[in-house]
Amino acid sequence: MKHRTFFWFFLPTGLAMLLFIAAPIVSVVMQSVFAPHEAVLIEVENCTPLSGCTTETTIDQDATRDLRESAPLGRFVGLDVYLDRGHLAVSEFKEAWATAENWGQFFDSLGNLPFYRAMAFTLTFTFTVTPLLIALGLTIALAVNTLHRHLKGPLIFFSLLPMIVNPLLGSLILFWMIDSRGVLGSLIQYLANDPGLSLKASTPLMWISLIVYGVWHSAPFAFVVFYAGLQTLPQDQLEAAQIDGATRWQQVRFVIIPHLMPLMTFVALIQLMDNFRVLEPIVGFNASAHAQSLSWIILNDLSGETQQLSAASATSVLTIIGVAILLSPVLVRTWRDFKGKT
Amino acid sequence: MFLRSLATASSLAILSAGAIQACEIGARVSIVGNEFPAIQTVGAVAQECTGAEVKSNLTADHQKINLAGMQGNPAEYTTAIVANSSIVALINEDVIRPLDDLVAKHGDGLAKNQLITVNGKVMAVAFMANAQHLTYRQDLLEEAGVAVPTTYEEMLEAAKTIREKGILENPVGGPYAAGWNLAQEFNNMFLGYGGEHFKPGTAEPSVNSEAGVKTLEMMKALSEYMNPDYLTHDSNATSAEWKAGNVALMHMWGSRVGRLKDTGDGALEVVANNTAIAGPLTVGGGDIPASTLWWDGWTVAKNISDAEAEATFIAMKNGVSPEILGKPEVPEQAVWLIEGYQPTEAATGVFAAANSGTKPYPMLPYMGLLHTALGNELADFMQGKESAEQALKDVEAAYIAAAKEKGFL
Repeated sequence: MKHRTFFWFFLPTGLAMLLFIAAPIVSVVMQSVFAPHEAVLIEVENCTPLSGCTTETTIDQDATRDLRESAPLGRFVGLDVYLDRGHLAVSEFKEAWATAENWGQFFDSLGNLPFYRAMAFTLTFTFTVTPLLIALGLTIALAVNTLHRHLKGPLIFFSLLPMIVNPLLGSLILFWMIDSRGVLGSLIQYLANDPGLSLKASTPLMWISLIVYGVWHSAPFAFVVFYAGLQTLPQDQLEAAQIDGATRWQQVRFVIIPHLMPLMTFVALIQLMDNFRVLEPIVGFNASAHAQSLSWIILNDLSGETQQLSAASATSVLTIIGVAILLSPVLVRTWRDFKGKT
Repeated sequence: MFLRSLATASSLAILSAGAIQACEIGARVSIVGNEFPAIQTVGAVAQECTGAEVKSNLTADHQKINLAGMQGNPAEYTTAIVANSSIVALINEDVIRPLDDLVAKHGDGLAKNQLITVNGKVMAVAFMANAQHLTYRQDLLEEAGVAVPTTYEEMLEAAKTIREKGILENPVGGPYAAGWNLAQEFNNMFLGYGGEHFKPGTAEPSVNSEAGVKTLEMMKALSEYMNPDYLTHDSNATSAEWKAGNVALMHMWGSRVGRLKDTGDGALEVVANNTAIAGPLTVGGGDIPASTLWWDGWTVAKNISDAEAEATFIAMKNGVSPEILGKPEVPEQAVWLIEGYQPTEAATGVFAAANSGTKPYPMLPYMGLLHTALGNELADFMQGKESAEQALKDVEAAYIAAAKEKGFL
């Protein structure tokens, strides 16, 4: 394609991307390096029906309004918000490094800091859920593909259900089932022979529940993609393998998986991104005492009685950086494939 | 003072009773607020006004949307129904207007004690009071042969007896869900131990104190008698446990007690018949109850036209007019601050809280940040992952980072 043609062809998409992707990111970055003005506090008399009149501290609105008008963006704080305890916690990190006597102690003190606590769960979740859901998705796709064609339709629909159900609703339903009085909770108590066992009271069991939910919810996506890929499988290759005496497993390992490899890269890419931003199950499972993710921290900063916009923006930027790092190997690989072809 | 002003209000109402006024407004009204029976009543009655549209959005997530919905110009919401904690965020961001001129023009019938004033200006009109207080199962306490506790130490003793006699495995309940609820339980207990959240006159935290440590130790001791899932139990889940008959003793919001006795709302017959209430408990030999006093009221947005503000004031005043008490279910729904309200049995807990010197929830600009920090950092201690001192140190560090960002420190 000529450069000129390409330019006009790409222009609408480019403009939309600039407006809806680049501009919001710039705005988030701006908000993360500015913080609200220093509060001007005054002592005033408040009267309420419960306690009569008392002297309380409040914000001086007139002085604050002047400050806001003179500098609407707030005060420039540079990377201060990124480095504070709620984010990268640089000084706390250094202190933990200097005072810890061994690795265990070091990780204990890191686990006390919200960002590192969230990263520990987010990375564990991302790197267990993504491979498991690809494996499960492939298994379902292979199984469904061998079925009689009359059975395929209903079974495909049934397999897609976890993805169709709203994630919050899905996690809530599972949350009730694993309650110590729920169906699954009671079953586990019975199997473990321990009436006091509770999934929701134990951090490792809660993490496992969240991971199981993550796989359950995303496997249908992998299944649909792989199932579509299986329809393009060259039959002659498969037949050749069969004539050579390949077992079912060898056919999958040496013919089907190589054929589906580009699709697997695609699913891995999308799912790494999605799982890194895990949020709904933590909210639905009420699991914040045991597991927190970067997205959960953003939600929490924005939904407190006092909103912390700068803190939430800084965490958002860190999330974008995290996703970029996570995807870089796959992106580099795609780029090499592209270079190899041209 | 609380009771006396209520009595005055009641006698005034008898004089003015019978004057049911039609509500006529000339501009749009849009309400945002929390979702529980008393507020639903207020919202529904405000919507009876004619002449212009009255929209109402009542949701448990009101705090996530009210500020954003009032910062625009014109604001989407012309009024937000708030409590003494949530009004602070609206005052901090300067999105609600003083109501003095509207009170002078249309405020007849509002009692003086309904007007919330900040720096001499009326900023909200309160319509109900709320507090957490003791709720207990009469039959189970009798079966165990223990008296109704008046302190948390007695509650622990009673719980021990009930468990030892095999009546209930986990007799204590409470909204201890990690986050806002857990932090609120800390606040209650901390005030009961005589703690101060901040160094006087500053925004510097002082929760890492002897009172703070004692508070956490008491909460931990209580949690030993709770359902092991207690860190996921908010007020709704705790109420459900109560209605299922799994709990014998708990501190619960006055505004939620009515539903605990409602068999139509899922309460077992035996629970409904034996649920009783009493004032809030004290702790550690102190005489200030381990609880906080709350009011709920409505505000008027700043970024709207004066005509809309006037219409909002008239519609909301209609929503809290003495006439609403005429509906049979309404007096039971809350401890109303409205003229003509006769306290029902469901109100005794909140009245006891008000009369025994319970402190109001602090209306400080930086209290919300400390509340959030408490909610995030205390769960580790409750699960036994760290010491009380470490947890409180974490709370202060998290609060200081947030307060620096918001310009309070």
